[in-house]
Amino acid sequence: MTGQLLDADTAEYAIRLGDDALILSQRLSEWSARSPEIEEDIALMNIALDLLGQARTLLSYGGSASGRSEDELAYLREERQFTNVQMAELDNGDFATTMVRQLLFSVYQYQLYTALRSSADAELAAIAGKAIKEVTYHVEHSAAWVCRLGDGTELSHQRAQTAVDVVWPFTHELFVDDELAERVAAAGTGPLPSSLRAGWLSTVDRLLGEATLARPEDNWRPGGGRRGLHTQGFGFLLAELQHLHRSHQGAQW
Amino acid sequence: MTATPTSPLWEVFVRPARGTNHVHVGSLHAADATLALQNARDLYTRRNEGVSIWVVPSTAVVASSPDEKDAFFAPAGDKVYRHPTFYSIPDGVEHL
Repeated sequence: MTGQLLDADTAEYAIRLGDDALILSQRLSEWSARSPEIEEDIALMNIALDLLGQARTLLSYGGSASGRSEDELAYLREERQFTNVQMAELDNGDFATTMVRQLLFSVYQYQLYTALRSSADAELAAIAGKAIKEVTYHVEHSAAWVCRLGDGTELSHQRAQTAVDVVWPFTHELFVDDELAERVAAAGTGPLPSSLRAGWLSTVDRLLGEATLARPEDNWRPGGGRRGLHTQGFGFLLAELQHLHRSHQGAQW
Repeated sequence: MTATPTSPLWEVFVRPARGTNHVHVGSLHAADATLALQNARDLYTRRNEGVSIWVVPSTAVVASSPDEKDAFFAPAGDKVYRHPTFYSIPDGVEHL
């Protein structure tokens, strides 16, 4: 730690990554008590809690530049102020959709944190170093399921393929280089998002192949989450996330 | 929600530390061995309880029957000479 005040770009970058983790964690937690089996319920909640832990450190760090706490960032921002990718907020859909989204996102996080471990920012490097062990397991678990669903019965294959087709377009946003991303990369703070795609694609291709699932064409590329533009379901997610804190300000338990 | 067919049952053994034995900690449902290991990791080692896990299909366990309890275990009850403490050590015997 240098003790220097965090610069605005690094802060915004950390909040982006924190928002991805926070929102996907919130989505995943909707499976609580609804999973196909109690064992899988716990597995999904473990992943959700890992992501929440990552979100807390990233948001705390990012918020420190502007004097905002993790709670202020999570509970008191409006929809348009969240900078997570739209992929993180997608409806859970069926179990196959949740697992395919998790696999595609976790492989991305694996690439991201691997690169971030050599960040010029010591704090981000430390956060990534801790998170990568968690993410390695997320990849393992979701890959195991996607393989079994894709290479399972006719019905499970069909639903897993539909899941891949639905989620795939939203993966493009993970690898978009906008101005902030370029400045962050130039400063050596984080990898250029587009530079992560080759490694991501090679892992994803292998895993989809094992699961006998086809990789869709790269056509539609929805996006805008980084600029605060979100899908229709996001407001409902945020309402559930924030309502308690906003109704009872400063509530603790 | 419709009822889903239940996955096979697995018995879980966790070794708490190097040098100790695997101890039976419980059972869980999983579709196959790999997922059983992952589930065991999530269910039984989330608070740092172990360094190694075994999972065994419950159907592979051959268990003694409660009906045979008397025939199996009661005869050992009154055979105190099976315990080393039953024997007195003769004077002059070292290293025993």
